[in-house]
Amino acid sequence: MLAIRPDTACWRLLSGPAGPGAETLPQHVARLGGRPTGGTWLIDLLEASNLRGRGGAAFPTGRKWRSVAAGATGDRVVVVNLAEGEPASFKDRTLGALRPHLILDGAALAVESIAASRAIVYVGRAHTPAREALRFAAKERRRLDTDECRFDIVDAPDRYVAGETSALVNRLNGGPAKPTMTPPRPHEVGVLGAPTLIQNAETMAHVALIARYGADWFRQVGTPESPGTALVTVLGAVIRPGVIEVDRGATVGAVIEAAGGLARAPQAVLLGGYFGTWVPAVEAWNLRLDDKELAHHGTSLGCGVVMVLPAASCGVAETARILRYLAGESAGQCGPCVFGLDWIASAMERAARGRADASERDRLVRWAAQVAHRGACHHPDGAIRLLESALQVFERDLTLHLAKQACPVAQLASSILPSAPGGTQWQ
Amino acid sequence: MAIGWRIRWDPIRCGAHGYCAEILPERITLDDWGFPIISSEPIGSDLEDHARRAVDQCPLLALKLERPSERH
Repeated sequence: MLAIRPDTACWRLLSGPAGPGAETLPQHVARLGGRPTGGTWLIDLLEASNLRGRGGAAFPTGRKWRSVAAGATGDRVVVVNLAEGEPASFKDRTLGALRPHLILDGAALAVESIAASRAIVYVGRAHTPAREALRFAAKERRRLDTDECRFDIVDAPDRYVAGETSALVNRLNGGPAKPTMTPPRPHEVGVLGAPTLIQNAETMAHVALIARYGADWFRQVGTPESPGTALVTVLGAVIRPGVIEVDRGATVGAVIEAAGGLARAPQAVLLGGYFGTWVPAVEAWNLRLDDKELAHHGTSLGCGVVMVLPAASCGVAETARILRYLAGESAGQCGPCVFGLDWIASAMERAARGRADASERDRLVRWAAQVAHRGACHHPDGAIRLLESALQVFERDLTLHLAKQACPVAQLASSILPSAPGGTQWQ
Repeated sequence: MAIGWRIRWDPIRCGAHGYCAEILPERITLDDWGFPIISSEPIGSDLEDHARRAVDQCPLLALKLERPSERH
């Protein structure tokens, strides 16, 4: 488990008491004041703020709220998504453990703004500090006996895809946390058939502050395209791995410096987590965390992971490990994902061990094309995005491996990847 | 006026029986694991009967024939 290390220089989501425990309701209200009541005014404000979802897809939050509010009438449901299945990401569970009331403020504001009846907080079963903090926070709020909505805290299975939105709905409807065919999408037919707004925990916390301080305040930091701050998990070859809050205008290099700087000479940076992309360290260093700038370089911030691969590590071996993990996390429903990811992971493992020849690269390219966009959800697409970036960034290494040159690093160096929870339950 | 049909594939239902690719090779090929890869080219009236047969023959009802406008 990574150390939780809120950056003292950053001031928004993680400002407030410095201790490792959760901010209490009295502390939260004394520091920020009570929250306003949500309404359509807040949807306008969110659109003006250009806040985008922080779960990985970066969809504009205001537009999402407006489409649910304008959709089918009747019962509506708000779900906070804190199923952080990504093994390299710790930002949502950290925020939940430290600032539960920001998240619940955001959820209550959403309920009021889209005229929903209830809020559900869907929290990874392994995220114990976050779950306990949110449970306690919900109790604190109920004791005040206001007419705020109630919050149901529901466990999410410890599986990578459990936080995928259709899997989340499936689970909340009593099924397994496995994706289903869409459409209909959750914002049309979701929890118990009701239109459902699903929002990542960090996004909800930003909403709590935008509702208090406004869109202009939010845009004072960051870039026009990607305003505000972001929680990022910095890990790998850095001095102080952990979760920090950074200006979206900061460069990847500045983020690494904020985590104490490089611990070893870097080779590449994994941006966006296991569904993300490898970027050569030199190229990554000056990239700002701006969606447009990152997209221009074929990458994205995704769920906010910045993982530094040291020069002494083997990118082929690390990619093989991630692909093996992702293959094991397939929900087991769609053939190309079930068979394709397993075959691809095996091919990368053969390459990493020097037991493959040049034809292996052709097979990887062929299977990548046969797997991408052929599942009910985007799990296979994320794995293929990672594979394709590895084929580019570690091209030379792969060529050497396929020439059966001994790679002592692949065998001996320990992995920089965090250990992943070994969840087996889908309920 | 007809603007052609498209086949929608449900990968969760599909069991790789492969009948569809036998019946409609003009639009359906199989991947290395036996699951159908469906061409994005619309199906005109010349292939409509074959497409309907391919959809009907699927033992797991994993295919659907629909107008492009029905796609989301």
